[in-house]
Amino acid sequence: MKRVWNIAWRDFRAYFMSPIAYVIIALFLFIMGWFFFNNFNFFIQSASRMNPYGGGGTTPSVTEGIIRPLYGNMNLTLLFIVPFISMRLIAEEKKMHTMELLLTAPLKQWQIVVGKYFSGLLLLSTLLVPTLAYPLILGVASNPDWGPIFSAYLGTYLMAGCYLSIGLFFSSVTENQIVSGILTIVTSLFFWLISWAAYSAGGAWSDFLNYASLITHLNNFLRGVFDTSDFVFYLSFIFIGLFLTHRSLDSYRWRS
Amino acid sequence: MIRVSNLTKTYGPRAAIQDISFEVGKGQIVGFLGPNGAGKSTTMKILTAFMPATSGTVHIAGFEVFENPLEVKKRVGYLPENPPVYLDMLVADYLSFAAKIHGVESNKVRAAVDRVLEKVALGDVRGRLIGNLSKGYRQRVGLAQAILHEPEVLILDEPTVGLDPKQIIEIRNVIRGLAGQHTVILSSHILPEVTATCQRVIVINRGKIVDQGTIEELSSHLHKGLVYSISVKKPSPDGLKSIQTIPGVHRVTDQGSKWMIEMDPNAGEIRDRIVDVAVQKGLGVLEFRSEKMSLEEVFLELTTNESPEAHA
Repeated sequence: MKRVWNIAWRDFRAYFMSPIAYVIIALFLFIMGWFFFNNFNFFIQSASRMNPYGGGGTTPSVTEGIIRPLYGNMNLTLLFIVPFISMRLIAEEKKMHTMELLLTAPLKQWQIVVGKYFSGLLLLSTLLVPTLAYPLILGVASNPDWGPIFSAYLGTYLMAGCYLSIGLFFSSVTENQIVSGILTIVTSLFFWLISWAAYSAGGAWSDFLNYASLITHLNNFLRGVFDTSDFVFYLSFIFIGLFLTHRSLDSYRWRS
Repeated sequence: MIRVSNLTKTYGPRAAIQDISFEVGKGQIVGFLGPNGAGKSTTMKILTAFMPATSGTVHIAGFEVFENPLEVKKRVGYLPENPPVYLDMLVADYLSFAAKIHGVESNKVRAAVDRVLEKVALGDVRGRLIGNLSKGYRQRVGLAQAILHEPEVLILDEPTVGLDPKQIIEIRNVIRGLAGQHTVILSSHILPEVTATCQRVIVINRGKIVDQGTIEELSSHLHKGLVYSISVKKPSPDGLKSIQTIPGVHRVTDQGSKWMIEMDPNAGEIRDRIVDVAVQKGLGVLEFRSEKMSLEEVFLELTTNESPEAHA
């Protein structure tokens, strides 16, 4: 486990040796700030329009009005941000021949894969921590329900973890970071939109497509609903990505 | 220390190396000599447990590389053809990372880094970014990385390629200084490089070992003289004997209908005599030709010039 940490920490620091981490963080926080500001404004306006008349339906809740759309948008943003985090992880090592250092050091291959994955998670955490400011602001301004906020973060983290594991795999199949990034976005999007076909498929296929879609499971988390099957789904998804990465490193060793 | 038996690696139908076997004793410096594309890098990648072989076995310090890769990797330091350095790291940071992943204990990492920095004379650049260093310095950082964990075996793939003459001399001195503590295998396509640093040489060409021994042994093989082959329709022991007795013929080996005739180095032109005798004895000559010794063929392809252009 110490070796895993050695690798994760080196890669995490490497993000900050180039402009990439700063660009990603700035861009992400700018977009999220924009979402939060507009969601917040919209919510206040619609709430103040409703109140004088009383009984015009249910009072809008902070969870429904701000939390759900905000974290839904955060997920969409991460779909496009995470590939920029993952694309260099292995592709660059192959291109710069530093993969030979890792593969001839007394490391097990899974330690390399998991270390790389953790470095991505570390950067992801660095992205998400500043966004805790939004629920804190809500906490000052009103009395939000903390449960759904917590579960929204958990769901977001797990879903971004899935993007990251897709990204790590595509980073291991090519030396070209751009190719790796594009393949990651397309594949992540595919697993997001796969549930659209569920409407027309019908029957067992419909259930399957719904289950296989990343977004279906997120919706529960955003509503504040914990379901073990969602956990299992995300964790297995991540595991499969890491497993495929491991296999792809195997084949890299055989061929090079 | 190192025992390689019948090692073969194929890429699809193409064999990169074929049936390679050799042994290296403890503390020796052995040169792997061969032209570009001979299979040197492939062999070294297999020795370091980076790449699996198609067939054959490699034992390093008593461990088989395919069955026990971790134990082998602990005992091997490897400098690949391209030094595996992170350009965005400081020299000292890079080396302490390399030490950690090679299993050097945390409280000994600093000492290990200081030790190798001194050994490869890198002390003055320890705080520099590797990306800003010249090729020669990067190569030395790569070498430092290979000896950090005090491996028993050092495998260096073309350690001086792309360096200028002054850097080459420095690197060679470092490598010579490592002998004794480490068993070293280094590869090169440059003849003087191997003569300058190695005690023993393994010559490899087109994936096969052509010859091995000390430099003196190799050159004696090389100057032994010309070899001709004669193919005959009706071989007879009597005919063979009479060819053998021609003055200037060193030895005749019988390969069935084909005889290999080795000449004395100063035999002069006696091909006509050989053919005359063969015809007189009624052997039925089908073919008579000069055979190139494979070792000689290899040396013709080697770089023998040490000027910087030759390294490009």
